Amino acid sequence: MSVTHTLPPIEKGRSFFGRLTRAREVGLLVLIVVLIVVTTAIQPTFLFSDGGWRELLRQPTILILIAIGEAIVIITRNIDLSVGSVLCLSTYLSGWLFANVPGIPIPLVVLTGVALGAFLGLINGLLVAFLRVPSLVITLGTLYAYRGIAILWIGPHFIRSSWLPPEYRRFGTMQILSIPVLLLVAIVVVLVVGWFMTSRRAGRDLYALGSNPEAATLFGLSERRLTLYAFVTSGALAGLGGLVYLAIFATGDAQVGTGYELEAVAAAVVGGVAIIGGSGTIWGVAIGAFFLATISSALPVLGVPSLWQQSIVGIFIVGAILLDRVLFLSRTRRAKRAGRTS
Amino acid sequence: MSEPLLQLHGVSKSFGAVAALVSADLTLEAGTIHALIGENGAGKSTLVKIIGGLYHRDSGDFLLEGESVHFHNTKDAKAAGIAVIYQEPTLFPDLSVAENIFVGRQPYTRVGTLDRAKMRRDTRELTQRLGVPIDPDRQARGLSIADQQVVEIAKSISVGAKVIIMDEPTAALSGVEVDRLMGIARQLRDEGKGIIFISHRFDEVFSLCDTITVMRDGTYIATNKTAATTEDEIIRQMVGRSVGSLFPKVETTVGAAVLEVRALTSVGVFEDVSFTVRAGEIVCFAGLVGAGRSEIARAVFGVDAYDSGSVTVGGARVPRRNPAGSMRLGMGFVPEDRRKQGLAMAASVQTNVTMAIRSSLARFGLITSSLEEPSARTWASRLQVKTHALDTEAQMLSGGNQQKVVLGKWLATQPKLLIVDEPTRGIDVGTKAEVHRLLSELAGTGVAVLMISSELPEVLGMADRVLVVREGRITAEFARDAATPENVMYAATHAVGAAA
Amino acid sequence: MSAATSAGTIAETGGARYLRHGRPLWRRGLLRTEAAIILAVILLLAIGTAVVPFFAQPYTYSTMILNSAPVLLMLLPVTLIVITGDIDLSVGSALGFSSAIFGLGFQAGVPIAVAAVLGVVAGAVVGILNGVLVTIVGLPSLAVTIGTLALFRGIAVGLLGTTAVTDFPQELTRPVSANLPGLPVPVVTLAIVLLAIVFGILLHFTPFGRGVFAIGLSPEAAAFSGVRVNRTRLILFVMSGVVAGATGVYYTLQYSNAIGTNGQGFELQVVTAIVLGGVSIWGGRGTLLGALAGGLLIAALNKTLQLAGIGSDTISIVTGAALIFSVVVASVAGFLSRRRRGKAAATPAVGA
Repeated sequence: MSVTHTLPPIEKGRSFFGRLTRAREVGLLVLIVVLIVVTTAIQPTFLFSDGGWRELLRQPTILILIAIGEAIVIITRNIDLSVGSVLCLSTYLSGWLFANVPGIPIPLVVLTGVALGAFLGLINGLLVAFLRVPSLVITLGTLYAYRGIAILWIGPHFIRSSWLPPEYRRFGTMQILSIPVLLLVAIVVVLVVGWFMTSRRAGRDLYALGSNPEAATLFGLSERRLTLYAFVTSGALAGLGGLVYLAIFATGDAQVGTGYELEAVAAAVVGGVAIIGGSGTIWGVAIGAFFLATISSALPVLGVPSLWQQSIVGIFIVGAILLDRVLFLSRTRRAKRAGRTS
Repeated sequence: MSEPLLQLHGVSKSFGAVAALVSADLTLEAGTIHALIGENGAGKSTLVKIIGGLYHRDSGDFLLEGESVHFHNTKDAKAAGIAVIYQEPTLFPDLSVAENIFVGRQPYTRVGTLDRAKMRRDTRELTQRLGVPIDPDRQARGLSIADQQVVEIAKSISVGAKVIIMDEPTAALSGVEVDRLMGIARQLRDEGKGIIFISHRFDEVFSLCDTITVMRDGTYIATNKTAATTEDEIIRQMVGRSVGSLFPKVETTVGAAVLEVRALTSVGVFEDVSFTVRAGEIVCFAGLVGAGRSEIARAVFGVDAYDSGSVTVGGARVPRRNPAGSMRLGMGFVPEDRRKQGLAMAASVQTNVTMAIRSSLARFGLITSSLEEPSARTWASRLQVKTHALDTEAQMLSGGNQQKVVLGKWLATQPKLLIVDEPTRGIDVGTKAEVHRLLSELAGTGVAVLMISSELPEVLGMADRVLVVREGRITAEFARDAATPENVMYAATHAVGAAA
Repeated sequence: MSAATSAGTIAETGGARYLRHGRPLWRRGLLRTEAAIILAVILLLAIGTAVVPFFAQPYTYSTMILNSAPVLLMLLPVTLIVITGDIDLSVGSALGFSSAIFGLGFQAGVPIAVAAVLGVVAGAVVGILNGVLVTIVGLPSLAVTIGTLALFRGIAVGLLGTTAVTDFPQELTRPVSANLPGLPVPVVTLAIVLLAIVFGILLHFTPFGRGVFAIGLSPEAAAFSGVRVNRTRLILFVMSGVVAGATGVYYTLQYSNAIGTNGQGFELQVVTAIVLGGVSIWGGRGTLLGALAGGLLIAALNKTLQLAGIGSDTISIVTGAALIFSVVVASVAGFLSRRRRGKAAATPAVGA
């Protein structure tokens, strides 16, 4: 303590932004509860029936999985629009394997589906990392290219539930302590990915890259390696999402997952991931995904045709980035005012 | 033990034809604070970037604790114990303060999770040791620049840096913050670190530093013990050459007022700025980097907003925040950053020269390359831009020729008032003289010129009047005859009222 | 060194020593993406005519243009947006929204001309919303238009539900898809050509267009040169919305069908055509002709594959692959040219 000058006290306590992100998650949880309560009041079977309860908890799992993959990509200042198409290919490949390779072990199919997703994500990542082309353009291209491959391969066919082994179909309805197994799978993934992103250096490097790419490069972080990580993870999780889709619906054609990319982006930004990268939590995204999924199942009960679901997605995307921007501006204005003493 | 921490001798560095460093010497002892001073363009920043591993030297010796070193990148320099604190640090705004300090080398607990408790503890300890306790959990975004510097310093201590270079750290700080930073620097010195301190403010240098090395034109001039020298002596070393001979300012008859600025204020940036520039007159803004000179010019031209005051050109009120409107009134602006603001680097010479006159070149609202070509040709040849063809991209030209293109772009608008911000920064000596001659001739034709320059000889050689800007205010005015290097430098570095 | 020329540097001198262009005409004209794409279109049609049965029929060309007309129309303003460095992904949804408003208006008994105007206004609303969010609020155009892509598609689908408005008067729908008298091309060709000329002049031959390029090259330098950067961007987004709205009305009449999914995925074809046509996704470079040629190439590819019996489903794989191919080529070409001139340009600014 050799400094003898009197200084204005440094602002202590939790950061304003830290409180804000937490507030986002808490706010979303409150909204989810309100939504469920209101919807259940109108139609009690929404919650209080075997099917209702299961649907409520099971249906968001797909979105949760692809949204956290999307979130990792957005955190690095990129975007992945191909997740819906990747999910479709994974779904059909898995169904096809069950049908055409009799007796194939379920874990092997799961592994293949995830590996396919990771491979498609790797292609995205390689193109983005090495061509220095915006990921938007690349993944817009692969969105259609992967979908095109699906259409070429699948044609008018679709997966029949008879293709699937009964044990696999049971995953869709199985519950432990009345919680669907699929949701438990999603929760495990959220915990693992969330832990990685908050508690491993590589995870923090992804945030650092998105937060200030120039500083990250100056610092010696490998932009290419981190970009590849993000896209491979996003692809792998979309692949896993395809397997969950198969377990829930026991069917699937060439149009599976159309438009999922927008829902994934919406869930990520609603869950608190800034579209310009660098911030947001995996927990927030998972809650955001649950929220969006719950809205779509509650809409018909609330008297809004489910056809309006996509416009809700749009409103949430625009609303969330607008909210982030407004908060950011007010924050910088305050910081600017506080920073100037002359 | 008596081996100096850092020794540089005869270090040189050129960029193409421009020699940024001719021969730099520097000897830093452990446990001292060493000031490195010189005008803009003297080569201080280049030297710092060489020490920090960002640039490679062309020749000369670089010894660290007696060992010759060759850094390939910033990582090497960091590993060798050299840390550079820039005027505006580059932190990761979304990460916490603690993580910014430990990024890339965060400690793990036994279960393989980030040891946040340790990071928090160490951060608190480090910042407390520096006398500036910063909440380790808060985000780096929104930290004041002073606090960001403290985070950078804490980082450099925690990686065990032996040499800490502070590159104009005080330029953006308020008085209290400067005192705080100087306290930290003294403390680090007492702990045995070697500190290189770059500043334009003499009061800071003299109260803080043990040794002062002066550079000029990329060359080492002298090293002085602070106790054994005076401000006058240092200023003489910095300014060096005789001023009058270099820049042939043509005497002109000064006409009516063209630009009148009254009580212009932008809260927190500049305050109550009033001045006049008359036809045929060259008025120079002198002052330190960060004093607010460019900001005033940008507001006058309308690129930035201002809060109150008025700007008129030829008696007509200049609209706020509307460069197109300013241009209609006859204003031109050669901005500070040639590569970003002055030129579209990927566009051709022709596109750049005609960019500001695109509307007046159009016939019946239409414009073609054939209509643009004569203008581009005229101005390129009048300014003697060295290029093979008019469709050569601006980025292929040398710095001096690029600057000529920018000047041509604005001369093509035939302005009544031309604002030039650092018009000769980073260009070779020959072109520099051409630019000066050009501005002088321009004034001779009755154009009012407002020039911003950080090079004192340039200011004194070119200006009919010198306005000194300090901390967002015009604090002194000198007529051509009254301006000397010493009194301008003094006014730029000392608070109002202290002037002799 | 040349300081010896002291006799007045701003005095007029000849200037004849500057070449107007650094490269000969044939290299400037032929070694560029536009030329390659136009050549590819011609080759493709030639091969198609020679190899694919039934290709060489007027009907082929007229359906090819009919199918690609919406994309060819909408890519015109979007090209300008891309040249400023922004992007508009919402055009397909703006088309759908316009179509839904037009259809509902007509169904509700509004005079069809008024309904058509409402459709165009609907497109303009999308454009205004995009433009305001991008320029006034300062959000990235990518994020904004992904949001409005979802939003207006959702509204279009929500408004029309599962129903479709199909009973448009034949005396309107028939002429819309008819051929120009005596020519094997549909009426809409006229609109495409006219709008292309308008946007081509706007982009390449007006001060406004010079400003558009300047923004894409360097927004800061543009602002310093008196370009009203935000106003220009706003105008372009509104133009894009209006054209998409008008295309929505046309599209509805052409197929006599207003459904919520009209124009779904067109944004991809628009962006692909533009990038394929040599317009830099980073802004500042490109021509309208190139973008149009890119659109025609996609149309020709589709038609050829379709007639060759490979199936119309392949359109998405072709467009996606073409998009990736074009950015790969642009990226590699950029890399090579940077390396070729690397030494000349590698003069960093001297630190100040």
